[in-house]
Amino acid sequence: MRSLPIDKKSWLGRLKIRYEAILSNRRLMTILLVVGFILSFLIPRYNLVNQYIQLVMMYVGINIILATSLNLINGYMGEFSVGHAGFMAIGAYASAVLTMQVVPDNLLPFLFPIEVIVGGLGAALVGLVVAVPSFKTRGDYLAIVTLAFNMIVKSVFENIEAIGGPRGIPGINRLTTLPWTFVWTVVAVWVIRNFVYSNFGRGVLSIREDEIASDLMSVNTRQVKLLAFVLSSFFAGVAGALFAHLLQFISPRVFDILKSTDILIMVYLGGIGSIAGSILGATIYTVLLEVLRPLGMWRMVMMPLLLVLLMIYRPRGIMGLREFRWFVPLHDLLGAHWWRRKKEASHAAAD
Amino acid sequence: MLLQISHLTHYFGGLCAVSDFNLDLQQGELVGIIGPNGAGKTTIFNLMTGVYRASQGSIVFQGTELVGKTPNQITDLGVARTFQNIRLFKDLSVLDNVRIARYARIKYSPWEAFFHIGRYKREEEQSIINAMELLSVFKLEEYAEETSKNLPYGLQRRLEIARALATEPRLLLLDEPAAGMNPNEIMMLMEFIGWIRKQFNLTIILIEHQMRLVMGICERIKVLDFGATIAEGVPHEIQNNPRVLEAYLGEGAEV
Repeated sequence: MRSLPIDKKSWLGRLKIRYEAILSNRRLMTILLVVGFILSFLIPRYNLVNQYIQLVMMYVGINIILATSLNLINGYMGEFSVGHAGFMAIGAYASAVLTMQVVPDNLLPFLFPIEVIVGGLGAALVGLVVAVPSFKTRGDYLAIVTLAFNMIVKSVFENIEAIGGPRGIPGINRLTTLPWTFVWTVVAVWVIRNFVYSNFGRGVLSIREDEIASDLMSVNTRQVKLLAFVLSSFFAGVAGALFAHLLQFISPRVFDILKSTDILIMVYLGGIGSIAGSILGATIYTVLLEVLRPLGMWRMVMMPLLLVLLMIYRPRGIMGLREFRWFVPLHDLLGAHWWRRKKEASHAAAD
Repeated sequence: MLLQISHLTHYFGGLCAVSDFNLDLQQGELVGIIGPNGAGKTTIFNLMTGVYRASQGSIVFQGTELVGKTPNQITDLGVARTFQNIRLFKDLSVLDNVRIARYARIKYSPWEAFFHIGRYKREEEQSIINAMELLSVFKLEEYAEETSKNLPYGLQRRLEIARALATEPRLLLLDEPAAGMNPNEIMMLMEFIGWIRKQFNLTIILIEHQMRLVMGICERIKVLDFGATIAEGVPHEIQNNPRVLEAYLGEGAEV
């Protein structure tokens, strides 16, 4: 990443130096996270913004989790999964059943995080099964497998009367709060980013680039695919659990292929292979749909039109394979640079 | 004995791509495999590295049978290769290309990767240092952050060899390393192969079309035609072998 030399005298150059200095200061990210966490408590407590905006904020959080986790499969691994809502459904149903039928009412607020984790684990377990076909097929064929998976999940839930069948589960306690959404969003983004910048994450990238070469360069492709699918579906399940306890009503129809398409749009809008892209994509998509609401029927004309324009002018999405610098671990960002400096220092010492 | 291939045979449907191929390799040897297009040379590499599973025969590397193992297991045992048409991880940096090849050398668990705890930091930093050292041996360290598809062709070839060596192999399989090079570059490549062989204590099998390269550096040569071995020996024996001339130039040709 070589940037052009900066002219220190011009006002633009000075602005750029100031901007670089702010961006390279990582303590700012920690501060922002702490401020965000405190705000997530203060906003609902004192109603700093109205209920409707609070609701939209929580949907943004849930959608960020969904988009980031799907990006792991579609962006980083280069597969095309179109069944993400299936995993979401499993998390939603597992946690909703716990809330409605298992956990006693007075314990609900305390056990909610456990329910969310159980929802995630349920989805992860199914993710393990869906990963197996990915050993043999890829590309379009794997897309069909995930599509079929989404349909299977939907019809299974439609046919179990104990959980409401096609009518779904109404009246779920509203346990998803702004602080919980904030915490889960940060955890999801952090863990997925950690995974991407690890040995296994590099394995995921190499599968996207060239699967055969990756296998021949000692990458255990099966292990890597399993991990990616399990992690991705875990967080889809987490998002599903949060979603169920926010909407307070779930039915199989909520988690059909259209929901999966929504998540796909967020991923490709923000940019594949980029955590920052997924965050941007999910935020823009969710907020824009709300902002365009006054347009009524025309909303569903404007939104696709925007997407078409984006795909013409930025085919890889807003961020497309680029990453916001704060999200890249320092040793990844500067490793080669450090090594060269150390070499120069040792050469200088030898002279 | 480092490698013992016996009676290796492979069919694609009804077509016999390799028939009864035998090769014994001592530690430190440099053997060439030549033959016209479609003779089955690359298929032999694909069989050895587990891309295809051999129909018949066995490949024993350091006492371990390789037939039936997956490519990553075989690479882990110490067999690395390059490709006829360069297969780098194009959109990734030069440094990441090399680091990916160290996958099996990094031992931290998925949990340590999810939370960046435990051995994660130390092993990651070590992997960067190892990869940079290797790149500097190949004079590629200044390109470490460059996207690998942006490198010039010659450097891409060199990076591919560097990536193969990052897996710490004992046996290196080079598939047409001189493809697309001019005579001058081929001379440099010859020196380069001799040098990495000494530097990394390697045994090398080389597939090549460029006679100059093969005759220049190989100690032993095998000639394939239509999957069958038609000749075997030291370079000057091969040069004068009538069956080889026939395979390359056609019947009745005189040189």
